[in-house]
Amino acid sequence: MAALDLLDRRLIDAYQRGLPICERPYAAMAEQLGVSEAEVVARLQSLQNEQVLSRVGPVFDHARAGASLLAAVAVPEAERDEVAAVINRSAGVNHNYAREHRYNLWFVMTAADEGELEARLDALEAELGKPLLRLPMLEGFHIDLGFPIPWAELEVP
Amino acid sequence: MSVSTCPSDANAATTAPGGLDAVDRAIVLATQAGLPLVPDPWSAVGKPLGIDGAEVRQRMQRMQAAGIIRRIAAVPNHYRLGYLANGMTVWDVDDAHIDRLGRAVAALPGVSHCYRRPRHLPEWPYNLFAMLHGQTHADVERQADELRSLLGDACRDHRILYSSRILKKTGLRLAGRSDRQA
Repeated sequence: MAALDLLDRRLIDAYQRGLPICERPYAAMAEQLGVSEAEVVARLQSLQNEQVLSRVGPVFDHARAGASLLAAVAVPEAERDEVAAVINRSAGVNHNYAREHRYNLWFVMTAADEGELEARLDALEAELGKPLLRLPMLEGFHIDLGFPIPWAELEVP
Repeated sequence: MSVSTCPSDANAATTAPGGLDAVDRAIVLATQAGLPLVPDPWSAVGKPLGIDGAEVRQRMQRMQAAGIIRRIAAVPNHYRLGYLANGMTVWDVDDAHIDRLGRAVAALPGVSHCYRRPRHLPEWPYNLFAMLHGQTHADVERQADELRSLLGDACRDHRILYSSRILKKTGLRLAGRSDRQA
């Protein structure tokens, strides 16, 4: 785990659910944390550089901000990385995980609308020459608001 | 918070699916990888689009009210925080009970996403997906056991698909029509 000091943790704990949406959000955060705006900006930048934060910004419900679909494909393990590279090169692919299952590559395809999404999936399926398991979201039961991070439990002794 | 839009607004004709107009879409494209880390990020986003910071903020708040934006936040990368085990659990749940059970599963701590998806029989019987996060596989298995008992007789079968490797992960959600993402 990345080495994080108290200010890093306070930033993550306080703002993983939302930033103050005002003209100068980092200044508002700085005021709440009792540090300078420049320090907040520098910390966020370094947390982002270290990939502790994926980003500081909006989390989109991609089902509503365009079209997306979870898809999986079963490939022989020996070909997995080669096939993954083809998938990753395809326009619109934003996640791709290897998983331990016969369906061993799982990725999310995105597009501006349903028509383009289907065209992209069809094109990729033809390029791969393997059927894609298409798993559109039918219903979301969860609004992802982050979850409390148990810092003490994460400490490496 | 409500921002009224005139039905005869010029943007109305270009409204894309999801209720986004061309300016909203430009804001989505400009912010999906993150806000600029400068004192007034809204103006920095708006400048190349020819709008001011207040309008960017207002439009983003409107997208949030409409559910298109879930939150505007410091988004942690749980993997880097020590949540090394991520298990996509998939469940074959009786359709008659899935709405109630899906909501119950989503409310459990440690579940970051919970969705209903279609089965593809015979090879894929699973219709409920719940993403679990823990420091170890044992943590994830403990959580999966809780889910199993919560689902009870309504669940016929389940699997935990651990990720063995992250091959690509970007914050990018919405590609421009002609964009090829790197």
